[in-house]
Amino acid sequence: MTGTTPLDLTADVVIVGGGPAGTWAALTAAEAGADVLLLDKGYCGTSGPTASGGTGVWYVQPEPAAREKAMASREKLGGYLQDRRWMARTLDQTYANMNRLATEARYPFPVVDGRPHQRGLQGPEYMRRMRSWIKRAGVRILDHSPVTELLVDNAGTVAGVRGHRRQHGTDYRVRAGAVVLATGGCAFLSKALGCDVATGDGALYAAEVGAAMSGMEFSTAYAIAPAFTSVTKTAYYGFATFFHGDGTPLAGAGSQGGRSVIARELLRTGTVLCQIDQATPEQQTQMRIGQPNFFLTFDRLGINPFTDKFPVTLLLEGTVRGTGGIRIAGDDCATSVPGLYVAGDAATRELVCGGFTGGGSHNSAWAMSSGTWAGGGAARFAAALGAHASRRRLVGAGGAGIRPTGRPAAGDAWDEVQDVLRRQVHPYDKNYLRNGDRLRPALAELNQVWDRLRAGAAADPAGTPRLRQASAMVAHARWMYTGALARTESRGMARREEFPELDPAQHRRLTVGGLDELWVRPEQLLPARPELAVAS
Amino acid sequence: MIEIVSTSRCVTCDVCIAVCPTNVFDRGPDGVPVIARQSDCQTCFMCEAHCPADALFVAPLTHAAPDGSPLRDEAHLTEAGLLGSYRKEIGWGRGRKPGARLAVGPELGRARITPAPTPQGELTDA
Repeated sequence: MTGTTPLDLTADVVIVGGGPAGTWAALTAAEAGADVLLLDKGYCGTSGPTASGGTGVWYVQPEPAAREKAMASREKLGGYLQDRRWMARTLDQTYANMNRLATEARYPFPVVDGRPHQRGLQGPEYMRRMRSWIKRAGVRILDHSPVTELLVDNAGTVAGVRGHRRQHGTDYRVRAGAVVLATGGCAFLSKALGCDVATGDGALYAAEVGAAMSGMEFSTAYAIAPAFTSVTKTAYYGFATFFHGDGTPLAGAGSQGGRSVIARELLRTGTVLCQIDQATPEQQTQMRIGQPNFFLTFDRLGINPFTDKFPVTLLLEGTVRGTGGIRIAGDDCATSVPGLYVAGDAATRELVCGGFTGGGSHNSAWAMSSGTWAGGGAARFAAALGAHASRRRLVGAGGAGIRPTGRPAAGDAWDEVQDVLRRQVHPYDKNYLRNGDRLRPALAELNQVWDRLRAGAAADPAGTPRLRQASAMVAHARWMYTGALARTESRGMARREEFPELDPAQHRRLTVGGLDELWVRPEQLLPARPELAVAS
Repeated sequence: MIEIVSTSRCVTCDVCIAVCPTNVFDRGPDGVPVIARQSDCQTCFMCEAHCPADALFVAPLTHAAPDGSPLRDEAHLTEAGLLGSYRKEIGWGRGRKPGARLAVGPELGRARITPAPTPQGELTDA
């Protein structure tokens, strides 16, 4: 448990996380008249995978044929778990937000054939502008201020947060009318670009107040990067040829539809080589202009990716580019817990992506859309509370890593968690090429680590955020594997070696929840769709 | 990972200390930031992008560069034009055109699948 609380703040709406979803939520809540405080564990403007990369955006002109085509394009890959109504409203909201970015935030979109090209965003520029935009709207920002737990009133309504200011060495508490979790997905500290802040903190906090997860089995995302480096831009590897370590072609390997071949070869021999030899000179130039950070690695290591063969690896992206997350209970991205809203990768993206990756355009559209809805919903909830909001008695909801139930454990919990994640979650033969025979023992060990964390892990205030991240990652992995074991078929990215076929009787979403004891609840069967297929 | 804070270039503005999402820097006694927690660096290059003095260098490796590596040699990196190269590429800094203004990548079609070699060793797509 953290110590004294020197900094005591109030806000109508607290936003946890300062990536795209959090900043759109903050903007919307502020424009609705709420007093908004945004808390980022890092720095709003650089934190998270969007800021350090670049992203396509699911920006589609509001023409019925174009919208229909956009919605239909990935339904099959996603195992028909999407929801057409949510897809349509995401397309509408994204279209509006991108236009606002051009006119109000003056984002410097490229001009192609005399028209602004609004189907992509360069991360650093986008997030720099979002930061200044929300400040202009009156949002207060606290950087380097990880939230460590939610606070609830005696009815269980979320009514604030507690956290730590790591550059000041002080704790803080915020009394709030509503809280938006925009904490991102979980990539388990894999060093995938910008993802080390994405440790699934929000999902843990949500579960501690009684919210559940959905789609956690869709968490097998791995991205291609040059070996020993961080820059993941898998789409560009669509122009690549892959090779065994001896330079002979690795037949069947590809960035899409052949990534498992790469994983198997890496498991077998440890080496896969790559050469981006299918891009024309013109495409090579466009790649550099479109995504300059892609070339940082190559330029600095003296590699010519178009003519040299270089080693590649696959970095775990978990629920950052998978689609599992906190379950949504309303159109305003409310959760099942009053006062708690969720946006971006912290939320399930099944409604828009189904069981297939939301990476590249869908996730970014979802972040700005769900952020807008969650910020609006939270502002309305806070306003409806009235003066009552500030008179509630608040209790911390945090468990593992903050309120041990037993005696302090021996050893370093952080090291233990890193070790179990490296052995049971990162490996391709555990989380990617899934088989119940390997998932069950992995889950059993993760459960044991959880029990030890829950009973004995505690730290001083400065060490608490790290223990909470460790707890969040272990909880996340347990929900992932619990969902994976419950889906005894292959649908979307959730494939099982021993169940390679899609099973029409499992055409439904899976809700998972719990902390010490986990549970799974299959939702209602969705209407039958034609031509069900499996993503590869 | 972050390898270099150039003492000669640094203007002690503290921007890198603020913007690093994983809190890698501490303020040194002379105001020049020190790399206090290198192992927390996630190699995202954001400090470089925001440094107004091109005083930082992030090696593109997810582990520390070994002693004697050219990626830790400020004179070499300056000579090679790599110090400040990311900021230049994204067009940040006075008098530059934002890279976002030009950022249109190639059309992404169907990803290529590496074909099996023919008996002659040639690669042909199916």
